Amino acid sequence: MTAQPAVQVKGIRKSFKDVDVLCGVDFDVEAGSIFALLGSNGAGKTTLVRILSTLLKADAGTATVHGVDVAANPGKVRESISLTGQFAAVDDVLTGRENLVLVAKLRHLKNAGAIADDLLARFSLTDAGDRKASTYSGGMRRRLDIAMSLIGNPPIIFLDEPTTGLDPQARIEVWQTMKKLADQGTTVLLTTLHLDEAEQLAHRIAILHKGTIIQNGTLAELKQVLPAARVEFVEKQSSLEDVFLALVGETGEAGTTADDPADSNVPARNEMQ
Amino acid sequence: MTTHVLGDTSVLTGRSLRHILRSPDTIITTVVTPVALLLLFVYVLGGAIHTGSSQSYVNYLLPGILLITIASGVAYTAYRLFLDLQGGIFERFQSMPIARSSVLWAHVLTSVTANLVSVAVVIGVALIMGFRTGASIAVWLAVAGMLILFTLAVTWLAVIAGLSAKTVDGASAFSYPLIFLPFISSAFVPTSSMPGPVAWFAENQPVTSIVNTIRALFAQQAVGSEVWIALAWLVSLLAVAYAFAIATYGRKVS
Repeated sequence: MTAQPAVQVKGIRKSFKDVDVLCGVDFDVEAGSIFALLGSNGAGKTTLVRILSTLLKADAGTATVHGVDVAANPGKVRESISLTGQFAAVDDVLTGRENLVLVAKLRHLKNAGAIADDLLARFSLTDAGDRKASTYSGGMRRRLDIAMSLIGNPPIIFLDEPTTGLDPQARIEVWQTMKKLADQGTTVLLTTLHLDEAEQLAHRIAILHKGTIIQNGTLAELKQVLPAARVEFVEKQSSLEDVFLALVGETGEAGTTADDPADSNVPARNEMQ
Repeated sequence: MTTHVLGDTSVLTGRSLRHILRSPDTIITTVVTPVALLLLFVYVLGGAIHTGSSQSYVNYLLPGILLITIASGVAYTAYRLFLDLQGGIFERFQSMPIARSSVLWAHVLTSVTANLVSVAVVIGVALIMGFRTGASIAVWLAVAGMLILFTLAVTWLAVIAGLSAKTVDGASAFSYPLIFLPFISSAFVPTSSMPGPVAWFAENQPVTSIVNTIRALFAQQAVGSEVWIALAWLVSLLAVAYAFAIATYGRKVS
């Protein structure tokens, strides 16, 4: 690629007291791609995302987002990013619609109401739009959270473990949203604990371990690191996830009516694969 | 960035005012204790208290009760700020291109609005209980000004508590000494009735001068030099609390 990377990280270090969380992290994220940062709990993923989204200052190294240095000009960086943190950052007291209007107004956009209605429709939340966010299910909260992050169409979106705590259907919905974003040219940097999530979505995967990137490449490249494939005969059992999705239907229409009537508005989706 | 301070602050203030409208119990619980104290002191203990002034005891008591109302009201500011920090919405705001100070100012302006409502409710109860004043509109505005200054000063203290608390209880615990301070002042009994060291403390702490000033304003008496002592206390408390709050905020968002 000749185009400038959307995110460039060079030698980023960060310690908290005596604990070295990031010990020199380097990677680039190509514009318009989905980049997965894979790592176990405590690997430093969240710290890195907080540095890139200007919430935290690095001890050393440089990071540029959309061509702007995060340390030198955080205000400028904030204009081109959006952060969806590990815990849905919605205002529980406000309704879903009010949450969206709030963010649209804070992004100084005109027609905040129209933007909110459009996003409620896109995220199948129209009927729940006038209910307090505190009444939403985990999946609905996450959808609202991501919808809030899309307001103003920031070119780069950081998603920190966006599917943690979600049921399989909600997880598939979030995956589809991310794919759509990348199709529209948005750069997505996502952190995840789940190997399958990275495998499903990411154009490039970097493995963060003990504060450094130990491997960075496409899925095909990463697979080459492993010993050559051997042919084995293994009985293919359905995974519990396959069973669960077959029973409740992948659209989520069948099983969620009891405590969550609004989820029944989720339109039928194409299957993931 | 800074060009948006006013706009962002008003949007965020609208948000937290909505929180109060959606849970009016925060106003009710704020006024319950002051109203209970008002009833207790006027109808139970007040008969035995000699204030040495010709006015009714409810007139004597009200200024101190208003300060207690505000001191308990600002605990909710610390609480709301703490919840924003916990919930992640604070980080969302911090990662957006908005004026950073507006996040705090929104909570402070909301605190002023909510406390003025609480104060109005308590004054309403006092009027029913026989509180009377011949104060002109200008004097009422002067009283409102003193109370707003007091609210701002203790709200910025609440901001420090809300930003640095580790637990919900910790966030509001700072207000207990503030609520207690009027008891060791001229708010309930004249300081001359207290033993030496206590009287010395009572006469030299901020509440006494503020209470005396508001009491004199309501009674349409000369406020004397007391008003300057009160204003000096309020302005310096406000300046110190504001400086510490901004420093705490700076450490939090760096």
